[in-house]
Amino acid sequence: MSEINREAVAHLARLAHIEMTAEELDKMAGELDVIVDSIKTVSEVAGDDVPATSHPIPLANVFREDVPGATLTNEQALSGAPDAEDGRFKVPAILDEE
Amino acid sequence: MNELISSSAADLAAKLAAKEVSAVEVTQAHLDRIAEVDGEVNAFLHVNTEEALAVAAEVDALRAGGLAGELHALAGVPIAIKDLIVTIGQPTTAGSKMLEGWMSPYDATVISRIREARMPMLGKTNLDEFAMGSSTEHSAYGPTRNPWDLDRIPGGSGGGSAAAVAAYEAPLALGTDTGGSIRQPAAVTGSVGVKPTYGGVSRYGAIAMASSLDQIGPVSRTVLDSALLHEVIGGHDPADSTSLTDPLGALAEAARSADVAGLRIGVVRELQGEGYDAGVQQRFDESLQLLRGAGAEIVEVSCPNFRYALGAYYLIMPSEASSNLAKFDGVRYGLRVLPEDGPMTIERVMGATRAAGFGDEVKRRIILGTYALSAGYYDAYYGSAQKVRTLVQRDFEAAFAQADVLVSPTAPTTAFRLGEKLDDPLAMYLNDVATIPANLAGVPGISVPGGLADGLPVGIQFLAPAREDVRLYRAGAALEALLEEKWGGPLLAQAPVLGGVK
Repeated sequence: MSEINREAVAHLARLAHIEMTAEELDKMAGELDVIVDSIKTVSEVAGDDVPATSHPIPLANVFREDVPGATLTNEQALSGAPDAEDGRFKVPAILDEE
Repeated sequence: MNELISSSAADLAAKLAAKEVSAVEVTQAHLDRIAEVDGEVNAFLHVNTEEALAVAAEVDALRAGGLAGELHALAGVPIAIKDLIVTIGQPTTAGSKMLEGWMSPYDATVISRIREARMPMLGKTNLDEFAMGSSTEHSAYGPTRNPWDLDRIPGGSGGGSAAAVAAYEAPLALGTDTGGSIRQPAAVTGSVGVKPTYGGVSRYGAIAMASSLDQIGPVSRTVLDSALLHEVIGGHDPADSTSLTDPLGALAEAARSADVAGLRIGVVRELQGEGYDAGVQQRFDESLQLLRGAGAEIVEVSCPNFRYALGAYYLIMPSEASSNLAKFDGVRYGLRVLPEDGPMTIERVMGATRAAGFGDEVKRRIILGTYALSAGYYDAYYGSAQKVRTLVQRDFEAAFAQADVLVSPTAPTTAFRLGEKLDDPLAMYLNDVATIPANLAGVPGISVPGGLADGLPVGIQFLAPAREDVRLYRAGAALEALLEEKWGGPLLAQAPVLGGVK
């Protein structure tokens, strides 16, 4: 058995900003437990002498020329926003005080 | 069947150049086909009738005005676009409720190139939500059905693109491949799909799932057609910092040469046998015989670390996906859902939005990725998976010292029934066992039709070293020619007739 139980999933769901019902938490805990069990052998394969690969084709830092290019207009950038005002994204309260 | 829809893209291009047909006729024939069969297949989420016909009319006008010399060879040849790739003027949903009706304010680079080539875009094709799945059943807009058997899956995530070309709704399509999403659907629908070398085709404008694995590539019915499309979309793009600056190579020329004489083809010991259907294995063995008969040298290679590739993939991919999908927060674009009661804070709006906007598989991968990246587990999971990635790359290096290309079945089984694996995520993940190593190592792969097992298509996969996509087209086209000679025509000619019109 892995460490993924209902409480762990509830914590992860909070971190990932996904509201979950009690039912969903139970179902997901069961499924993830099976998945994690089947992939945990990965942690036993490679020794300390094996370097990690983060990117399949090695690339050095890539910079573009420092010249202005095409950008979205304010209207284009806001065109898909659920709510906007005065050329800005409008969001609900950031803090839950008051 | 109407010859305009059964023709390859290469043949259509020749007929258009010879003015035997107009681009409007070709485009209209495909739109008619979509209207006729897509109610059953559900390959398309959006049909782009007006714009497609307008682009076709423009091509015809240029040709009539004596400006054919300015036209790209594929001008007027229609194409379908996987709905993970953003397009101005057509909605982009990624198969998710999160982006229902969303209109991108910019085009992906591959779309800009298709516009420059004046290829009419027929519409956007169905996929597993955010490309997460192997069956297209995780689409928020209903599954796509396999044209060979409408009760079966067309593969995934790019089941819509594969089914569209297999059902003659489009001669060409674009796909994306993170762990097999182009190649596995090609295998189970009897079509052709290519995952180019990582960085070989710009990903600017492809909605990211796992950035170190994602790759856009061509989907078609013939190997040559994939090569022609690859040449349209490939090459350096300054807008994608992972885009390679190397020249693409003569891909179409390689497909036309279709020559395997003297080519060393390595059979990967670990990608066959146990877990692979007997029928799949038989077709694979027959293909090897044909290649040997055509002068290829068949050698066996071993890639012992491939057995850990699936596990490493299901740590790396969800980790990167959980991070890439954090941007869907109900603020800048897409869905916003307000909580039913309680304080109306951004945090609670995010939680409600992501609960309503994401489907089960997406949630599963986000939670799995959040877990693998969390403090205390990072080294054991994500860190270890990246080491396995190094081992998989070393296996490829050793194998490519013995062989010019590698070969395996594309998928361990033929198309399964809709619903069959929906409640068993792990069984679903096993579909990608033969395609995933290429994504981990960034090497290119192609799937070509290899025949039928119990009446359903089997795919044969070739893999080549990074930047050697040209070898895929050479070997893939050679096997295609050998098999078509044996069958007396393309595999898709054996598919059941859809729509009741022969």
